[in-house]
Amino acid sequence: MLHIINKSPFDANSLDSCLRMAQPGHALLLIEDGIYAAAKGSAVERHVAEACTKFSVFALQPDMDARGMTSKLMDGVTLTDYAGFVDLVEKHNTSHSWL
Amino acid sequence: MSEQQVPAPSGPTVKKFMFVNRKAPYGTIYALESLEVVLITATFDQDVSLVFIDDGVYELVKGQQTKGIGIKNFSPSYRALEGYDIEKLYVDQASLDQRGLTEADLLVPVEVLDDRQMGELMAQQDVILSF
Repeated sequence: MLHIINKSPFDANSLDSCLRMAQPGHALLLIEDGIYAAAKGSAVERHVAEACTKFSVFALQPDMDARGMTSKLMDGVTLTDYAGFVDLVEKHNTSHSWL
Repeated sequence: MSEQQVPAPSGPTVKKFMFVNRKAPYGTIYALESLEVVLITATFDQDVSLVFIDDGVYELVKGQQTKGIGIKNFSPSYRALEGYDIEKLYVDQASLDQRGLTEADLLVPVEVLDDRQMGELMAQQDVILSF
């Protein structure tokens, strides 16, 4: 299944809960303010890096670009675009947009 | 007499719907809106599960008295869900623990799940709606 996170990890606990429940083989897509979780050097970097070892983690590039964060993308997170977003949704049977 | 057109027989499509509740009850409208959508979904005879994670577990706490804040206490509705054949209520163990709550504090019977069980249950759904 695909988990979609759109909140900053510093503002909401949706990423924490998602990472707790996500299972091997699931995918995680960071969009909107959720992309801040994909930045190098943040307090949640280790947490996200660990997630990258268990499942695929993606970040939406237009949202990274818009926030000036693309150059800070951490290793292990794959950038994707809107077409890639659609592909991810299509590829997974279930999507959960965490609020 | 002309023959009446009979619609082709087709079984109803039943999908697995999960409603994920992660907000406390009265500070925002999410909890109430979720409950309304759940009841609507139930009338279409779908396979409905409710899960309560993070502050969503506060929706099920016994003894809510809302007179003083002038908002309708909708917590009794969770007890009425059984009457709509909604009997799959799941609560996240860690969220209860963090808040000093146990199953005994809740106003309906629930199944308490750990992280892995909750993740696996989500992956089995056709549709997940988050509130």
